[in-house]
Amino acid sequence: MNDLRDLYQQLILDHNQSPQNFRDMEDATSKVDGHNPLCGDEITLYLKVIDNTIEDISFKGSGCAISKASASIMTTLIKGKTVAEAEGLFTRFHTMITTGKISGDMGKLAVLAGVYKFPARVKCAVLSWHTMNNALHNKTELTTTESL
Amino acid sequence: MFDVKIIREDFPIFSKQSNDFVYLDSASTTLKPQFVIDAVNGYYSQYSANVHRSIYTIGEQATAAYEGSRKKVADFINAKDNSIIFTKGTTESINLVAYAWARKNLKEGDEILLTEMEHHSNLIPWQLCAKETGAILKHIPFNEDGTLDLSEPEKWFTDKTKLVTVIHQSNVFGTINPIKEIVKMAHDVGAIAIVDAAQSVPHQKVDVQELDCDFLAFSGHKMLGPTGVGILYGKPEILETMNPFLGGGEMIKTVSLNESTWNNIPWKFEAGTPNIAQAIGLGAAIDYINSIGLEQIHQHEQLLLNYALKKMQDIPEVTIYGAASERGAVISFNVENVHPHDLSQLLDNDGIAIRAGHHCAQPIMKKLGVSATGRASLYLYNTKEDIDRLCESIVKTVNFMGGRD
Repeated sequence: MNDLRDLYQQLILDHNQSPQNFRDMEDATSKVDGHNPLCGDEITLYLKVIDNTIEDISFKGSGCAISKASASIMTTLIKGKTVAEAEGLFTRFHTMITTGKISGDMGKLAVLAGVYKFPARVKCAVLSWHTMNNALHNKTELTTTESL
Repeated sequence: MFDVKIIREDFPIFSKQSNDFVYLDSASTTLKPQFVIDAVNGYYSQYSANVHRSIYTIGEQATAAYEGSRKKVADFINAKDNSIIFTKGTTESINLVAYAWARKNLKEGDEILLTEMEHHSNLIPWQLCAKETGAILKHIPFNEDGTLDLSEPEKWFTDKTKLVTVIHQSNVFGTINPIKEIVKMAHDVGAIAIVDAAQSVPHQKVDVQELDCDFLAFSGHKMLGPTGVGILYGKPEILETMNPFLGGGEMIKTVSLNESTWNNIPWKFEAGTPNIAQAIGLGAAIDYINSIGLEQIHQHEQLLLNYALKKMQDIPEVTIYGAASERGAVISFNVENVHPHDLSQLLDNDGIAIRAGHHCAQPIMKKLGVSATGRASLYLYNTKEDIDRLCESIVKTVNFMGGRD
């Protein structure tokens, strides 16, 4: 399965098995649901933003390994960032997923760079990010990959 | 003598794809034999004229082939020629009934009876219709084993029931529903009965006179034919009472600027230049199926199905949805800790095509408590080796996703 190692790197499998920040959040300042009707992936994303800083972020839901790992890694990177930094990372992540081009230090997110070669899976990787971005801007209606 | 090796030689895709190509998604769409491809090519390359209006040789040839296909379809399901309407697929066939029969005949408070097992194509047209007419939707539930719960028929079939529409073979569970009994229960309360036969007609003998259904819908592409052609069977005496569905050329007798009269059935329901090549291709698909024998195909599938069920059940991580005693060769399943999308991606890497998703049946997924399943579905060209490959690859996937490869 060497070809697939591009898509399913070990770190992705690890985050799929043991996702980080996979929990509800009672004192969230923003909570947004995301849905990918193509495959049925569902996510609920929680944010706690205080003084323009993301104090806490978590998610719940069900989805494929790519979507779960993407959400999990995202939470570990976004926590503690300012809103502007999170937005910047969202933009760079989106570019990487859709084109394969890495700009700046993507850290652990680089393991998802191979996704762009699998167009059917791009939406899996970006669902949590779009949901997070909507949560940042308090767009609390359902985020769906069909409108991306 | 049914010989799957020889049958596979009729399907050019097997020589074009790599040797390890395993196709297990025939419930979605089937592969095409060269015979069907040649029939479609033959129309386009030798006599590509319009039908029913061209007074020249190739026009008459096209009409004869198009109408000849109608006759083949009629014979295939034991119907009269004038009860066979060419549509673009099962979805359009069902919509035709919803628009041209139901909107005229249903009124507020009437009940449309469906099941929880329907494909979206037999749910949404009725939701739209109910909104417009004020009719009420009722759904017969299904049991855990994927069979319909018909234990309290009087609860569902009432004097308010005007239309009953049921999937013949479930595209998720494979369950073959007791359609003849359901049609009778519908008629006993004065309702019409519609059968979504998209998954049954390609795989088993369906006789519309024996079922006594009022309408029956199926698709060409699920039975070795081209995409873009489907069939609506309707009892002629009901079709006669219906208004046209679409207006345009072909479906008229006389036209003035303000008024027109309609063509005879079935042409009344075929507005515009029809899908000539596809209809001819469907006729060829029926010839091909008949040459192999539908009964032989059915037996082959049942043997493979039992082999697959047993072999898949032996994999501890596999959960199979549906356990009806009468079922077609469709297996929906999940693999523990592997999302169907990942499963499908990893199987594809081994050359195996299965379906992953909600199978256009989101209410079923909701009731099963899953967001999606994998689905393997079989047809005449599948082999035991295909099943072996599937099972090997599932085990490999379990190990891979668990980090054990």
